[in-house]
Amino acid sequence: MSERIPSYPGTPLKERDFTEGRVLHTWWVPKADYAWDAGVAIGRFLAGLKEGRILGVTCPQCRRVLVPPRMVCEHCFVPTSHWVELPGTGTVKTFSICTVRWDMERLEVPIIPAVIALDGAEAPTGGGGGFMHLLGEVEPTPEAVRIGMRVEPVWRPAAERTAAITDILYFRPLKEG
Amino acid sequence: MKMRRVAVVGAGMTKFVRRALETADELSWQATRMALDSCGLTLDDIDAVASGTAPDAFDGVHMNSEYLCPGSGGWNKPFIRCYVGGGTGVMAVIHGWYHVASGLFDTCLVVCEEKMSSCQPHPQGAFLTIFDHTLERPLGPNLLWIFAMEMNAYMQRYGLSHRDIALVTVKNRQNAKDHPCALLGEDITVDDVLNSEVMAWPVRRLDVSPISDGAVAIVLAAEKVAHRITDKPVWIEGVGWSLETAYWTNRDLSYPQQVEEAARMAYQMAGITEPRKQIHIVEPYDPFDYKELHHLEGLLLADKGKAPEMTALGITRRDGDLPVCPSGGLLGVGNPIAAAGLMKVAELFWQLRGEAGARQVPGNPKRGLAQAWGDLMQVGTVVILGVA
Repeated sequence: MSERIPSYPGTPLKERDFTEGRVLHTWWVPKADYAWDAGVAIGRFLAGLKEGRILGVTCPQCRRVLVPPRMVCEHCFVPTSHWVELPGTGTVKTFSICTVRWDMERLEVPIIPAVIALDGAEAPTGGGGGFMHLLGEVEPTPEAVRIGMRVEPVWRPAAERTAAITDILYFRPLKEG
Repeated sequence: MKMRRVAVVGAGMTKFVRRALETADELSWQATRMALDSCGLTLDDIDAVASGTAPDAFDGVHMNSEYLCPGSGGWNKPFIRCYVGGGTGVMAVIHGWYHVASGLFDTCLVVCEEKMSSCQPHPQGAFLTIFDHTLERPLGPNLLWIFAMEMNAYMQRYGLSHRDIALVTVKNRQNAKDHPCALLGEDITVDDVLNSEVMAWPVRRLDVSPISDGAVAIVLAAEKVAHRITDKPVWIEGVGWSLETAYWTNRDLSYPQQVEEAARMAYQMAGITEPRKQIHIVEPYDPFDYKELHHLEGLLLADKGKAPEMTALGITRRDGDLPVCPSGGLLGVGNPIAAAGLMKVAELFWQLRGEAGARQVPGNPKRGLAQAWGDLMQVGTVVILGVA
């Protein structure tokens, strides 16, 4: 703010001004329902999940194995070609231990979102394929979870799968060997 | 490419508050009027208006800029909105700049407003749709996740401690004490940050800027007009912007490549070859404390992983060699998204004219850089201002 300007507009209100009816206001709750088709590439990916398989697709030009799969490699801008099945195991690239919900209510059990780089989808330039999912069967503490941790998917029982990302319940630490 | 020179000639802003009595349009009017008054213009002198506001979902108003048109001075004028998430406040300046640089208009108002408080129970609800509807939303995400995971990747990559990062919040809140529009100007300690409640580890409450309501406006003019309006025009010397892929889980989250792309474009336009010597003040985007550090590195003003050390050495203090967020930034002044980005450009305007009062950076700074960032960690927007 400039020293040439002596005073500034803007009138602060408190939450109480609303709850105690001191400020005139209206309230509205929107209802907005959507049905999203999965699309061509993600549709095939979801069909794979229902069979307990994680699929990637290859860019014929840069040879990246793209996960999540897509119709076009956005680096090369050419159509993707060969579909490959990945082993499902991977490495935690980064994670958080989240103790609040979106509306800032505390969570009783922390949730551990992570970005998982999948084996077989590493790119030589970095930026390998992978997606966000949750970690489980591990203590939700920064001491127990670590970047670089090897993980494997825990699948929903086959009969209960719905061709959704939640067909994988979570990833858990991989017991090597 | 033949572009006309464009100057910032006036600026105004409202207080940034947790919740404002004024409507979004009323806040816009207050900032716009102050900007026009500051340079002695009336709306008749304005050829076009560039508006910026972040998601319509905050206000619950479809096409929110059209709703803001009256207070923003847009009546029966060429009026258009840009929206690139958190990058909007700086992008709106770029938008206004090419209105004038192109030769189409001689003057342009840039008005950014955000009223986050209307969204109940918490404006974070408006952000949930940023996540992929098929692959991510079924996991129950909230916006903090992406920041927490980016911060964790950054800390791990360079072996940084939370203590290294928390200094940014301490500095910016202290700077904000001298900003009359600030929401959170106060003295706090690194331990206050480290002891604040964990929200999404590693992010704690005091790592995060406050949700706010507020508006900012600036006036742009072509060179021949600018000299008639003021004897202290502040020139837009360079602009840049860039967008990364939406496949954020495929990216290296420890470095904001899109910010580097935007900075290189702006440096080239401004003829800057040694940014660390030629930029005197920086207002990087700081919605979280680690973001200021991340962005200093992306802007090539710090070596990768070394911005925390610059902060610890006091280099980024208001009286340091490279003052960073002398305004108090989003962490101290507040974060009404689009308005917060434009606040950074207004701060450079006041600093480079020597009008920043108690916040004035010493040593007659000649050139400053403002930067914003947003969307799904995708966009980088950069503006470089200078005085002759």
